[in-house]
Amino acid sequence: MRPVCESELAEAIASARSGIRIRGGGTRQGLGNPVEAESCLDTTGLSGIRLYEPGALTLIAGAGTPLDEVESALAAHGQQLPFEPIDHRGLLGSAGEPTVGAAAACNLSGPRRIQAGACRDSLIGVRFIDGTGTVTKSGGRVMKNVTGYDLVKLLAGSFGTLGVVSEVTFRVLPAPETRAVLLIDGLSLEMAVAPLSSALGSPWGVSGAAHTPSGLDGHPVTMIRVEGSADSVAYRSERLRDHLAEFGDVRVETDPLATAAGWRWVRDAESFHGRPGDVWKVSVRPTDGPRVVRSVRLSLADVAEPSVLLDWGGGLVWLCVPEDHDIRPSLRGISGHATLVRAAPATRRKIGAFHPEPEPLVRMARSLRARFDPRNILNPGIMAGPRPENG
Amino acid sequence: MEMPTPDGTVLARRDHIVDRLRAVLPFEAVIDGANEIRAYECDGLTAYRCPPLAVVLPGTTAEVAHVLTICSDEGVPVVPRGSGTSLAGGTLPTADCVVLGVSRMNAVLDRCYEDRWIQVQAGITNLGVTAAVEADGFFYAPDPSSQLACAIAGNIGMNAGGAHCLRYGVTTNNLLGVRMVTMDGSIVDIGGAHLDAPGLDFLGVICGSEGQLGVVTEATLRILPKPEGARPVLIGFDSNERAGACVSGIIREGILPVAIEFMDRPCIRACEAFVGAGYPDVEALLIVEVEGSEAEIAEQLATIVRIARSHEPTEIRESGSEAESARIWAGRKSAFGAMGQIADYMCLDGTIPVSELPEVLKRIGELSRQYGLKVANVFHAGDGNLHPLILFDANAPGELDRCEALGAEILRLCVRSGGCLTGEHGVGVEKRDLMFEQFSPDDLEAQMRVKDAFDPRWLLNPAKVFPLEVSGGRLEA
Repeated sequence: MRPVCESELAEAIASARSGIRIRGGGTRQGLGNPVEAESCLDTTGLSGIRLYEPGALTLIAGAGTPLDEVESALAAHGQQLPFEPIDHRGLLGSAGEPTVGAAAACNLSGPRRIQAGACRDSLIGVRFIDGTGTVTKSGGRVMKNVTGYDLVKLLAGSFGTLGVVSEVTFRVLPAPETRAVLLIDGLSLEMAVAPLSSALGSPWGVSGAAHTPSGLDGHPVTMIRVEGSADSVAYRSERLRDHLAEFGDVRVETDPLATAAGWRWVRDAESFHGRPGDVWKVSVRPTDGPRVVRSVRLSLADVAEPSVLLDWGGGLVWLCVPEDHDIRPSLRGISGHATLVRAAPATRRKIGAFHPEPEPLVRMARSLRARFDPRNILNPGIMAGPRPENG
Repeated sequence: MEMPTPDGTVLARRDHIVDRLRAVLPFEAVIDGANEIRAYECDGLTAYRCPPLAVVLPGTTAEVAHVLTICSDEGVPVVPRGSGTSLAGGTLPTADCVVLGVSRMNAVLDRCYEDRWIQVQAGITNLGVTAAVEADGFFYAPDPSSQLACAIAGNIGMNAGGAHCLRYGVTTNNLLGVRMVTMDGSIVDIGGAHLDAPGLDFLGVICGSEGQLGVVTEATLRILPKPEGARPVLIGFDSNERAGACVSGIIREGILPVAIEFMDRPCIRACEAFVGAGYPDVEALLIVEVEGSEAEIAEQLATIVRIARSHEPTEIRESGSEAESARIWAGRKSAFGAMGQIADYMCLDGTIPVSELPEVLKRIGELSRQYGLKVANVFHAGDGNLHPLILFDANAPGELDRCEALGAEILRLCVRSGGCLTGEHGVGVEKRDLMFEQFSPDDLEAQMRVKDAFDPRWLLNPAKVFPLEVSGGRLEA
């Protein structure tokens, strides 16, 4: 099914007799638990920018609009999507054109998350079709809006299970004129979070804070990004260089292509591309980042060394570990959650792609899904809990 | 304002219910004397009042859970309350309800500067959060005008904003986690000091749900490093439309000030009379504030002034010192107090797309003349969040009704212009019956499903948000 307008989409859902797999550009089909569905609903027919007002920082687009098209339209007016969504094609080995609807439905946010918020923070309005085929809207095209419950947030990151998003409205931001990256070489993982915290706790507007134990040249590098007008970036990188001197020699990289490539490398977890193993994303307090790595390392004993990337100042830990290894038991006592991003379908089904939640929230989620999708036909099972018995 | 008929069986069991509450709370935490209860009969929307059955002021999350368990068991509605500053009647009691105030729960529980969060009990004031961290160079960004008094609990309930959210976002963008008690007495932790939800984003829907999904007792909030400095510029115009066009021009240029505030002549004159901030006597003025180092501030202000000049300003006044900045802000910050000196007023809170500012301001002027009531405008222009103040005389027969009719007309105008009924105050009872202006029955149905999931008997904060004709059926279900 490839509806070309919202009413066709609603009709397709209303008349469905069994489970539907929802698909945008098809680049993120490996996310979540395997969906058991007979038919596929392609949203790419709902394409096109419906409204773009640079003076109001607002863009409305059909869910199937390619992200690329939106980003180009914004760039033409010196603006951008604030949340820097990951391109999953390299990591998942997929092909196709990522869409804005999927970015919203999966609540995808990249390195700038720590400064500009998540996708859900920029998403100020949605139109969606619930599991009964009813067209519903929430939010609108203004940022300051507390009229009724914020279903926009609930839909963001619901992976289609509460409704199929047909249209999204984003609050966009001015794109920075220039960018600089401060680099500290050779820090151990344990030592890397301190400069990141120190930079993020400073008044100099850090928009990216990452660390890799094995950068492009194979050595550890800690990265701090500042963006803005040329003078402001020059000033802030100078201040940060002094501020961070206690942690090691600080280099400042200003080459636009090199810095763009560097942050794309972080955003897309490029160091894991083509590397065997399962990929996990763990969200914790930034200072707990190294502890996550320690615990996972311990759980792997001598079997293997995990590959690691820290983003969000240490609060986002990317890990590549041997296949079929559940890291969650080793994270007990660390508050946060671990998402299995890339693994074989059987592994995702057994371990569960999403972190299990406490009982009251599981109950609440079930109750909400039963109300929004009473026939359980929208991406059935994609956010289900682990099913070890089927392993 | 129509409110549901109180449940006679609950009223009849009042003594029994109060006894049960007394059994789980310290003596002074249960208020049932007719005089003492009167302090809770209304909030900031003083036109509507109703004394509740009783008031409880629990001191711990466990006590909140006890209260909700008892009320659930007895079928008693519960109205959660922070500091009672809601301008929308968000905490208006019903005669058969227990008001649950969290004001005694106002402690800072924990904080971490390395990870940039603070954990507080929800009864702490908004300003109390910043006060707890500012000596160490941090602040909490949302800054509603009532920040001296309003509680974080209410800020979460109404997803509060403020002047500086153009840059830093509203409450939902700064809230990391909550501890909440649901109506059946279960204590749940949602989120924490880490980012994002593991599954569905419950935190996102709880924020702004006007206390109808659960009682928030603790919150983990994002704190930010204080900027090096901040400075405003004041720009005067001889028409509202020119000022509105200038706002859009600034944003289109790629500058994101921390605040763009707008005042029109009636408001400027009232503020002058009240605090003598030295404002020019112009048709409209903007206060635009930017942050950063001295050089960064100068660079941004230069751009703003350049844009402003293309909109034929009558006056541009850049602040050159802390004292001048304080004077520029003094008038704006006293605006509501100043208006209160000259008349009774009703404060509206609609939002419109910034691009619609000139047209909407013109229409508000026309409506004001049509209804024969003065409207003063003072608002957060950068994000289109209007606060038209309708001036009226509460003692003049029929004037309140006329004022409410004009208010509804202006809010309809906001919705028709692509905006919404309320930007930061919430729906409460005030805008409840206008919800169909913005939402279809299906849209509201989807929202009410969330309420059904969290509070199937609809006992929490009754008669708010949803028009009674659509929520009524659910109450009986």
